[in-house]
Amino acid sequence: MQGKKKVRQKSRHRHQCTSDTIFDVSNTIVMLFMLVIFAYPIYFVLIASISDPMLVNSGQVILIPKGLSFGGYERIFENEKIVRAYANTIAYTVVGTGINVALTISGGYVLSRKDLPGRGFLTLLFVVTMFFDGGMIPNYLIVRNLRLYNTFWAMVIPNALSVWNLMLAKSFFETSIPGELREVSEVDGCGNVRFFLSIVVPLSKALIAVMVLFYAVIHWNSYFNAMLYLKDESRQNLQLLLRQILIVEQANVNDISASMSDYTERMKSIEQLKYGLIVVASLPMMVIYPFVQKHFVKGVMVGAVKG
Amino acid sequence: MRKVAAVRKKRTLRERIRRLFRMMWRVRGLYLLLLPALIWLVVFKYGSMYGVQIAFRDYSFRKGITGSPWVGLKYFKAFWGQHNFWTLFSNTLILSVYQLIAGFPIPIMFALLLTHLRSQRLKKVVQTVSYAPYFISAVVLVALLQVVLHRTTGIVNILLQRLGCEPIWFMGREDLFRHVYVWSDVWQKIGWNSIIYIAALAGVSPELHEAAIMDGATKLQRIRYVDLPTIRPTIVTLLILNTGHVMSLGFEKAYLMQNSLNSGVSEIISTFVYKIGMTSGQFSYSTAVGLFNSIINLILLITVNKISKKLTDSGLF
Repeated sequence: MQGKKKVRQKSRHRHQCTSDTIFDVSNTIVMLFMLVIFAYPIYFVLIASISDPMLVNSGQVILIPKGLSFGGYERIFENEKIVRAYANTIAYTVVGTGINVALTISGGYVLSRKDLPGRGFLTLLFVVTMFFDGGMIPNYLIVRNLRLYNTFWAMVIPNALSVWNLMLAKSFFETSIPGELREVSEVDGCGNVRFFLSIVVPLSKALIAVMVLFYAVIHWNSYFNAMLYLKDESRQNLQLLLRQILIVEQANVNDISASMSDYTERMKSIEQLKYGLIVVASLPMMVIYPFVQKHFVKGVMVGAVKG
Repeated sequence: MRKVAAVRKKRTLRERIRRLFRMMWRVRGLYLLLLPALIWLVVFKYGSMYGVQIAFRDYSFRKGITGSPWVGLKYFKAFWGQHNFWTLFSNTLILSVYQLIAGFPIPIMFALLLTHLRSQRLKKVVQTVSYAPYFISAVVLVALLQVVLHRTTGIVNILLQRLGCEPIWFMGREDLFRHVYVWSDVWQKIGWNSIIYIAALAGVSPELHEAAIMDGATKLQRIRYVDLPTIRPTIVTLLILNTGHVMSLGFEKAYLMQNSLNSGVSEIISTFVYKIGMTSGQFSYSTAVGLFNSIINLILLITVNKISKKLTDSGLF
């Protein structure tokens, strides 16, 4: 009787094993396939940017770069417009992210303090704006009326804060800064501002890292605000210029490489320029995000898992 | 007797106010810290809500917001009477519902499969790489699509031709616009949107899995009976959020993907708002269309939330 039971259990176990093995194997295959889908387009652009454009266009560059040439990159870094737009984007991103993070962390911390008189009302004031926004034209009019239009500040002040991120910061502080900590330092005569700067900020490095990345990506990739609020070419950011070169009028590229006399040579570098530009525009964020990756959860979890 | 009580009540009220002020004074540093964010909120967010009134006025630069005459629902009626109103409406709706249907379940499946992946190293690599597309900007994405899907020189068509298929003009065909739009979006966001599910799955207690294994459950059965029920609240919450945002389709990508060949399906409300506002300078009309759209969004979000509260007891607010 007992032997029989054992056998049955064993066979069941084996059955389970084969089913799980099938699952494991197919899961691994699916995931490898996904890996290729995520990575290949990016990899392709990367190898195409350093290959001979003629070979790329005829489909000979598929797995490894062929006819190695860095002409595209040379053209990019020789081009004043592109370099200036790149510098602009860096400036907007650095200044904008600094403002964003300062407002988000300080505001989020204050709203997380349970002993703040008027906390509920103040929070509501912020939350309401998540569900209703005046829209493009009213925002545009504010920027004009404040005389921010076509200035550096038009790129950083109108989106100085994301209320969504503020709420993320608030719930981060609610769960990670114990109230006793404040009580103890209050006894020591530490004021709220000093407490925030010298205790809270150092304790929330993970949150700050995530916020820096979130905001930096927004600034780096932003083109709609630049299109709305900027006029002068000298203030243009990278994405706006990319749109012009890569999407709107590829003819523009012609005068970028106007110095080249030979038409096929010219075509060649236009094609290469495209891939190179995509790489140059995307590389910084691609390089940075893996360092912050382990904290991503903090940035997406808190708000959404309320239900 | 009654008089005394009234006096005492008065005193306590005054006392209360004084105490409140004392409490506020004690945390004055906090108000100072909040002040910059608050000023920004009032100027930009409430300022734009205030400015929304131009949807009901005949706005002109010269007269300013309050100086422009009221015209009631003129611009709303103009929009409803617009010959392409239903096209715009359905283009927006179809595109975003398609995006929701395609884009919502895939990250969940991805998270489940990734969590049960045997090799920890592969898991890490896949997860990290899956985030990469998310960091590509809309401009670069559309440029990438144009390059990779190019009619003659795109890698996809080259590979198709090698397999003996006819090349496909992905970016120029109206009937393919929605597929290209939605699936490139899915590609960009699978990894990012799965973060939350992966985190929720990490919270599934290992004892449940052990018990299920003891009962002879296979991995598939464990996914079905252990994992899915645990992450159900997360799924519901996100479904509400996404459904509530169905009509608030972003402007950037659709605008960038537009060309004369696909304008019949690629013109959506947000691109229309931009064009009449910034290209033809009809500020009031543009604001009215935008307002109409956000009201629909608000109603949608509230309705979906109510339904979900009734059905599952979990909602957003």
